[in-house]
Amino acid sequence: MRLGPRPGERIDRSDEVTFTFRGKPVKAFGGDTIGSALFASGQRIFSRSFKYHRPRGLLCCSGHCPNCMMTVDGEPNVRVCVEPVREGARVKPQNVRWWLNWDLMAVTDKIGGPFTPVGFYYRTMIRPRRAWPLFERFLRSAAGLGRVDKHAGRKRRFDTENRHVDVLVIGGGRSGVEAARQAQIRGEDVVLVDEGPEPVERLGFPVLWPARAIGIYEGNLVPVEAGSTLVRFRAKHIVVATGALEQPLLFPGNDLVGVMLPGGARRMIELWSLRPGRRAVVLAGDDRALALAGELEAAGTEVVRVVDLRREQLREIEAWGRYGRLESVSLDGETIACDLLLASGARQPAYSLLAQAGARVEYDAKRGIFVPADLPDGIEAVGAVTGRVGRVAVTPATFNGASRTDKCFACICEDVTDKDMKRAIAEGFDSLELAKRYTTVTMGPCQGKLCHLPSIRLYARETETDEATIGTTTARPPWAPVSLGLLAGRPHEPAKRTSMHDRHKDLGARMMWTGAWRRPHSYGDPEAEAKVVHDSLGLIDVSTLGKLLVRGPDAAAFLERLYPNRFADLKVDRIRYGVLGTDGGRVMDDGTIARLDEELFYVTTTSTGANTVIEWFDWWNAVWGFGVETTNVTGALAAVNLAGPNSRELLGRLTDLDVSNEALKYLDAKRAQVAGVPCLVLRIGFVGELGYELHFPSPHAEYLWDTLLGEGADLGIRPFGLEAQRILRLEKQHILVGQDTDSESNPLEAGMPWLVKWEKDDFVGKWALEHVRERGPREQLVGFELAEGLGSVPAEGGQIVVDGKPGGRVTSARWSPQLGRPIGLAWVPSRLAHEGAEITIKMNGGFEQGRVRLKPFFDPDGGQLRS
Amino acid sequence: MSFLLPCPNCGPRDVNEFAYQGEVTKRPTQSPTLRELSSYLYFRENVAGVQREWWYHRLGCQAWFQAERDTRTNEVLATELTEPVSAEGAPGPEATPALGENPTL
Ligand code: FES
Ligand SMILES: [Zn+2]
Repeated sequence: MRLGPRPGERIDRSDEVTFTFRGKPVKAFGGDTIGSALFASGQRIFSRSFKYHRPRGLLCCSGHCPNCMMTVDGEPNVRVCVEPVREGARVKPQNVRWWLNWDLMAVTDKIGGPFTPVGFYYRTMIRPRRAWPLFERFLRSAAGLGRVDKHAGRKRRFDTENRHVDVLVIGGGRSGVEAARQAQIRGEDVVLVDEGPEPVERLGFPVLWPARAIGIYEGNLVPVEAGSTLVRFRAKHIVVATGALEQPLLFPGNDLVGVMLPGGARRMIELWSLRPGRRAVVLAGDDRALALAGELEAAGTEVVRVVDLRREQLREIEAWGRYGRLESVSLDGETIACDLLLASGARQPAYSLLAQAGARVEYDAKRGIFVPADLPDGIEAVGAVTGRVGRVAVTPATFNGASRTDKCFACICEDVTDKDMKRAIAEGFDSLELAKRYTTVTMGPCQGKLCHLPSIRLYARETETDEATIGTTTARPPWAPVSLGLLAGRPHEPAKRTSMHDRHKDLGARMMWTGAWRRPHSYGDPEAEAKVVHDSLGLIDVSTLGKLLVRGPDAAAFLERLYPNRFADLKVDRIRYGVLGTDGGRVMDDGTIARLDEELFYVTTTSTGANTVIEWFDWWNAVWGFGVETTNVTGALAAVNLAGPNSRELLGRLTDLDVSNEALKYLDAKRAQVAGVPCLVLRIGFVGELGYELHFPSPHAEYLWDTLLGEGADLGIRPFGLEAQRILRLEKQHILVGQDTDSESNPLEAGMPWLVKWEKDDFVGKWALEHVRERGPREQLVGFELAEGLGSVPAEGGQIVVDGKPGGRVTSARWSPQLGRPIGLAWVPSRLAHEGAEITIKMNGGFEQGRVRLKPFFDPDGGQLRS
Repeated sequence: MSFLLPCPNCGPRDVNEFAYQGEVTKRPTQSPTLRELSSYLYFRENVAGVQREWWYHRLGCQAWFQAERDTRTNEVLATELTEPVSAEGAPGPEATPALGENPTL
């Protein structure tokens, strides 16, 4: 099958490569593509068509059509005609139910099948409704191209690269290379990208090959697919040299294996030294195709007939074949036996990228092609894409004879025939944009490269208008199919770890995600951990808290404007709880604010809220211009919470600070050395027991963690995780912003009306809250408990039923080992928001009665917290 | 969107480095009516043309600034750090920047 060595061939006959096709080894040479090697091995049918499962063979040999798509090493829809061979590659055909040469689904071509005419399933399979699931199962299994390997994992790594250049040249033909050379002479930074398959002449400037420009986006952004790398080019100047695309002719049997575009056959001979067929007929629309006749003869193909379509007007063409392979063609009634039919009409400028960039596209009736016009600034076109395609034939829209026997395809990707298009027009889809969506013409893998112009021609003829009136459909990226992996880039999953992370792992913690943070859910038994906090002493890593410094002469005034409560009167070394709201009065974040001196506040936020809060602060400050600076110290400082009745004892052992209740009161903030580490000691109690938060430089984290656990061993200290903390905070009815509140919640209804200081002139959210106060509360966030000993806990989001209708929802619920019953927080209608009110919760497939509790279950008056 | 936005501090950068925070609006100063409040919180001009808007250089210098942009072409006419405006012309949208999952104290 292979011709003798030829000058300029791309294959290297000394380099033997072997890959497998359906498990059988295929021999190839270096420089071959999988497609050329398969052809050399005698393979002619490369795929089965989308709807009718008709056999298809090599058509363009340039990666533009759908005909040679196969699965290579698990990756579906690879165009094997341009995919370089590699040793050991596993190649499989796709969209076939048995085997390429004998496909079960091909009956759809003969007797009609689920897909037969366009729109068939929109109209037919919706009735009876009951049967739709059945239809759907069948359609789904029959639809689509290729199979994604669900177990492929992340074998391929994709990367993204950004590059800035003066000039980007897209297309490495003669004009593209010349443009790049000129730019280089001018001293500009130029890169040329070319998709292949022909190699690009190298003249010293950088070339990306093979690489495909996916589109031109605003700001002259050109993403280029270069193997597993997406290169995002920003170019001051873009030169589009994408050339022109040979257009197929429309006649019955125009998709038979053996009907090819002239350029495809030329590449076969020139690049891979293959003989494309034995007996050829050439229907040439331009000089290039005409010149091919000589090349074919030199390659040993007998050329039995050449028609120059510019001179000779053909009216009827029909190709016939057996088992999908071409055997003869009849030209105006004259039948010629052949196994290769090279047929092309015009060469259509590949203007898509230019149109995406904003160029206008107009019809040139004399030559029967669309050409780009009015290029936007910074975009240049050179070569054939501008319309310089020589003298081309203006062919009729179709060459159908009256006695036709086979289908005539306008779009081979989606198996749309000329009859489908006519039917669409008859049904009223008389605009091409609509017809495109209805018939899916131009929407397949070729993205209109081979069917856009033919379908416009066909439309113009059938609607008795002209091509200029029909116009083109909108060009959109991607210009060529691109794998989703390439767009997704690297599988980055950012994870934040605290400086004590390894200690948690050593202790066997079960880790969980909270936002981007990894945190210990528990160290084995959360209920036991909660009990230890009540009984003796627990230690939890709270480094994930957002931590901000707000500093400056206006710091207090600034916080007064952002929070609904007061900060101007907060004394130095004291702490206050604060809830941040939006100007709509909605709860946004919460935390504690410690005043470290007159002009310095230490603000903590929720674990996921740090960035949001600092952006929020800076935003308002950009508006108001307070004398304030904010610094995010979340990563710089680690933090632990020491909680439980023995916490004072342990802290006292490790610091010179007077930790007595008189000297270090509830809500005091003191700076001190703890075990030699400079700490900010905050006496607060999120979990309800006596407790201290220690905030300190994170390099000391492991040391301090170890020291606290070591020194506290005799006091019964144990680390506790997030789950124990959640049980404890529910016993204390401390809310979690984002868990118990949502984007509709306001502090008045979320059980914190005491927080809002109406006497302040202004604060963010004041105006909205005034209106809420006026209308009165509608629903409120309350605590609730269920019957003692009840074994199960309502789901978060569980329904509260009021008068037989949904009337509220559970936001948090846990079994409390301390109380021996399920407890939680829930939103209920205001009339039920009073102590002891009965509520009905939907759970366990039935209903349970609960009781509203407005005071914390544990330490209701905060006595323990303060003592 | 893939245009370049000139940060007043950092110069032209890919728009993906920035957070967009909507039109610059006027914040009412004293107890607005419900209608005034709603229009401040929820209604936007949404012009087809040049508008003044807030941007934040999140993946850069982390400065807030205002830009004048033509919404039809994404042409950015000017960007500048703002002068304080005291309570007037405060941030626009009812912008509750999205909280992540599972926020935890
Ligand atoms: S033959 Fe491979 S894409 Fe056309
Ligand atoms: Zn910047």
